[in-house]
Amino acid sequence: MIKQIAVFLENREGRVSECCKVLKDAGINLRSMSIADTKDFGILRIITDDNELALSALKTAGFLSSLVELVAIEVPDKSGALADLLIALYEGSVNIEYMYSFAGANGHAQIGFKTTSPEKAVALLEQCGAKLI
Amino acid sequence: MQYFQQEIETMSKAEKRALQSERLVNIVKYAYENQTPYRAKMDAIKLKPSDIKSIDDIYKLPFTVKQDLRDAYPFGMMARPKSDLVHLHASSATTGKLTVAGYTQKDIDVWAECAARCLVMAGADKNSVVHVSYGYGLFTGGLGMHYAGEKLGAVVVPASAGNTQKQIQLLVDFEADIICCTPSYIIYLAEEIEKMGLKIGKDIKLKGGVFGAEAWSEGMREDIEKRLNIRACDIYGLSEIAGPGVACDCQFKTGMHFQDDHYYPEIVDVDTLEPLGYDKSGELVITTLTKEGMPLIRYRTRDIASLNDDPCPCGRTSVKLNKITGRSDDMLIIRGVNVFPSQIESVLLKNENIQPHYHINVDRVNNLDTMEIVVELSPHIALDEVAHVEEIRKKLSADMASALSVSAKITLVSPGTVARSEGKAKRITDNRKLK
Ligand SMILES: [Zn+2]
Repeated sequence: MIKQIAVFLENREGRVSECCKVLKDAGINLRSMSIADTKDFGILRIITDDNELALSALKTAGFLSSLVELVAIEVPDKSGALADLLIALYEGSVNIEYMYSFAGANGHAQIGFKTTSPEKAVALLEQCGAKLI
Repeated sequence: MQYFQQEIETMSKAEKRALQSERLVNIVKYAYENQTPYRAKMDAIKLKPSDIKSIDDIYKLPFTVKQDLRDAYPFGMMARPKSDLVHLHASSATTGKLTVAGYTQKDIDVWAECAARCLVMAGADKNSVVHVSYGYGLFTGGLGMHYAGEKLGAVVVPASAGNTQKQIQLLVDFEADIICCTPSYIIYLAEEIEKMGLKIGKDIKLKGGVFGAEAWSEGMREDIEKRLNIRACDIYGLSEIAGPGVACDCQFKTGMHFQDDHYYPEIVDVDTLEPLGYDKSGELVITTLTKEGMPLIRYRTRDIASLNDDPCPCGRTSVKLNKITGRSDDMLIIRGVNVFPSQIESVLLKNENIQPHYHINVDRVNNLDTMEIVVELSPHIALDEVAHVEEIRKKLSADMASALSVSAKITLVSPGTVARSEGKAKRITDNRKLK
């Protein structure tokens, strides 16, 4: 499992860069960033090298932010292997709410996803021989 | 300390009625003889002071409206020469002239007595430290509660408005147990106190407060009482009549005890101006029964409320004013529907995902009124999915539509981004007037 920070952003010009500036000023490195947005607002999801520090810096700056746990795996080298893992999760009725990929600390590609049944997901992935993070 | 003036506050209904009758007869005669506008108003309908024989005759008297006071600006409504007046107070006017009220020393004493009764209702006694964060000046809030604290024999801290960090420092150092300010400011103070990590009960020793000069809801009261662990009393007043202290909640919150030995309340139908009975909502009308500097007869306050005469466990026998539900001035007409900001507030306060800070934007698009309510999300919720935010928005939208009978666009914003006000909160931007 890895930790991600979710930040609520109202749809206002410069809001994303304000958020990045807070992290930069706190000396935090971003490992990944993804945004889900609508016409009125967005949810920014980031993974950093120091989530606790990042969360407190964002909260102090007035950003509505929270820490969320994601199930994460290293993307296998073999072609078709990732699809097999996702099919296994689907067949095991693990519901994935959202997912995205990012670079791991070792440079390998990784995938993180949010699910309502993380224990089940982890067990299934282990059975399939996936490399959990 | 249970009462400040037990004999008056627990007087029997019959005695009260007799006292009100005697005082009304006197004040009408006094106003007729000393206030040109009243002589003119009464002469115009051929009403003589002798026609008023008891409080039951009050409905025969003509109304006074804010415009009468503006027309008489500055001294035309005064019943006494300047040499007898000791204070002038004025109400904030957003447009045009101020309305001014003159007070004699006796008026100030009565005002202080009434406001002192209110401090006792909030839990104060002569050993209290009363922190006054209302503004001092032409606005009656600051000085009114200041005199009240003095009258009670308490220690008054005249902090006035603004400089929140210093206010909190004073609250901690002087160990105030009673605070007086606007409801939006006490919420702001509570937030700052929480941010500073101060302990309620240890660093902050408040046990009660009187909060007024703004409409607020029952939900806001619960929020204030829970956050600061205090008794939060609603206090009513207006500078034309006397500042804070005209009415106030006791600990039982059965409605604000109206100081009806000095100020006689009526509720009238907003359109027909016919008097309404208890428990019916309409415009609050007040007659000052004892004022010398500037008596007002049947003054239309523009506040929308109702009165109740149910007995209160505290033993006070006065008529009670239920929460002000709106101000005819603040009332918005959206697509023909009357909307009061207080209705919006009560919907917001029932939802734990948001904070009671909001701003209303009204506009007209293609000849149709639109209303946007900008609301702050609570800092205590965790949001990582768009769907979750949408859910909060849809729920609010639906609750708002059913409470207001008109739809509003809900815009959710980050905590702390809606402007806080340290005085009367300015929560409405109506762009229709500009077009
Ligand atoms: Zn009572």
